[in-house]
Amino acid sequence: MTSTPLIEVKNLKQYFPIKTGLFKTEYLKAVDDVSFSIDEGETLGLVGESGCGKTTVGRTLLRLYEPTAGEVLFHGVPVTKNNIHGMRQKMQMVFQDPYSSLDPRMTVEDIIGEPLDVHHLYSNKSERREKILTLMEYVGLNAEHATRYAHEFSGGQRQRIGIARALAVNPKFIVCDEPVSALDVSIQAQVINMFEELQEKLGVAYLFIAHDLLVVHHISKRIAVMYLGKIVETGTADDVNYTPIHPYTESLMSAVPIPDPDYTRSRHRIVLQGDVPSPLRMPSGCPFRTRCRYACAQCAKEMPPLTDRGNGHMVACWVK
Amino acid sequence: MAEAKKKENVHLLSVQDLHTSFFTDSGEVHAVNGVSFNLDPGEILGIVGESGSGKSVTAYSIMQILASTGKVVGGRILYKGEDITKWNEKKLSEFRGKCVSIIFQDPMTSLNPVFTIGNQLVEAITLHTDKKGKVATERAVELLSLVGINEPERRIRQYPHELSGGMRQRVMIAMALACEPDILIADEPTTALDVTIQAQILELMQDLQKKLGMAVILVTHDLGVIAELCDNIIVMYGGRICERGTASEIFYNPRHEYTKGLLRSIPNVKNMKEKLVPISGTPINILNLPKGCPFCARCENCMKICLEEPPMELDINKNHKASCWMNVKLAFEEGGAK
Repeated sequence: MTSTPLIEVKNLKQYFPIKTGLFKTEYLKAVDDVSFSIDEGETLGLVGESGCGKTTVGRTLLRLYEPTAGEVLFHGVPVTKNNIHGMRQKMQMVFQDPYSSLDPRMTVEDIIGEPLDVHHLYSNKSERREKILTLMEYVGLNAEHATRYAHEFSGGQRQRIGIARALAVNPKFIVCDEPVSALDVSIQAQVINMFEELQEKLGVAYLFIAHDLLVVHHISKRIAVMYLGKIVETGTADDVNYTPIHPYTESLMSAVPIPDPDYTRSRHRIVLQGDVPSPLRMPSGCPFRTRCRYACAQCAKEMPPLTDRGNGHMVACWVK
Repeated sequence: MAEAKKKENVHLLSVQDLHTSFFTDSGEVHAVNGVSFNLDPGEILGIVGESGSGKSVTAYSIMQILASTGKVVGGRILYKGEDITKWNEKKLSEFRGKCVSIIFQDPMTSLNPVFTIGNQLVEAITLHTDKKGKVATERAVELLSLVGINEPERRIRQYPHELSGGMRQRVMIAMALACEPDILIADEPTTALDVTIQAQILELMQDLQKKLGMAVILVTHDLGVIAELCDNIIVMYGGRICERGTASEIFYNPRHEYTKGLLRSIPNVKNMKEKLVPISGTPINILNLPKGCPFCARCENCMKICLEEPPMELDINKNHKASCWMNVKLAFEEGGAK
């Protein structure tokens, strides 16, 4: 491992105020004390169920939200409100929905060219065009697509446009927020392969947020599992998937339907009881204890810290 | 299991050469083109395909709940030997609910937000059975506890927004089971749910199927869900059946180029770092179907005949059929070698 990681997140907190009465405001703790780091050219997968705060982590990283507390370091330099404009040349985002994240009134050329305009990355028109065409080639779009509008493309092609736009400023880091979940299976594989090829070619690091655990396992070197705003387990993709330690990860992994009938029917499935509690009424101590089959008295008192279980496999659990 | 019953017996449901079209401003859209299959009591049949493959339209055709522009333009749908496409609306509304019922993908939109859960359940019960008033309410409570909802007496007074997504899907299942149908059609029942909730619902469906012995048609795009639940699988593409067979035949011995491609484009559990092999090209445009095999434009091994003529269905073995010219070619070559 290198000395300074590319991205370092320290005790990040993101609370959203919710008006619960005329004068009463409660705080929804979307992200609560999250720390992790990503090395250059690495992919960290972030998984969890809806409402666990994984998208908020991605957005707060890029200061689409002003964090409540904590800091984000890029190559050791803190990202702040003042330097975020320049920082966004190095950090970009690909959104989930390829239908709503592209302006329907702009041509592909203008969509991909906008980041170049914002950051003044060309000296004349022909250089701009050349850059756009190179980007389009990277993501497998033809030059003749440049003058078309987003609605003329299929979902997979739109996602390619979104990726080309993110790559335009030549970033070192891209937050990919559910980039393949809106796509058909056969198209998903095309986009996943493209992410991998671009990483090899350009050395860009990804924070890959998704709920499809098979896809995340495939693409990530390391995985972090979130539950109700907290990271409960991190480790290498294989460790987290094959030998999960936290009871939540354990049941999550056993619940994933595997497209292999013999394998999936022979394994032992741990079905969790009940639903995820509302983040407004978070349980005391460990947030998972209300659904955990190992929960003990200490779990209600205090949130367990992440401790190393060997090989950088960090788990936040009192019992296991 | 299904084989034993196949002799001369009448199938519970038999779909024969079904053609369903939608009449839109841009012309007739052939959503389903000649789909045939049989369903026997207690069978779990999975229909898998991508968006636009015609899998949901097939399900809606069986229920006769197509949008106003849609119409079954050919083929027969036999329920216990009787063709339901010839039935009138009165007979059909009896058929829906009592014989076949359906659960939809999105439990948020398929429940009425202004009525309580109990209200909606009782409505279904009084409509389809002779239970009324108090008895119907009791039945509603019974159904809710059957689908694993705790405190059913309190829940029936609640509105859909007070329940979580998983709970709402349970209510939908309870409603579908209200009249103990012979066939339950589940159209993407867990797509809108989280993984751990999905596991709960799948387990519930499996339990109920065993308990009540109904046949299930599971329509989904998720190969994992199919692998977990289904006895028999139908793979659809462009409104046609590409391949059908038992779960292990389809997953371990695929004989259609589309199925092969589909299985190569999902991560392999046994070797996660293996590179994915995507199917090239873009999904089929059903407004403009090719003359031959619907998959020909994306197929690596496309031959001349594939462009000209839709492939015929060939028996691979007694549990497996595929519609791909490659198999015909193979059979021919083998025959020639002998």
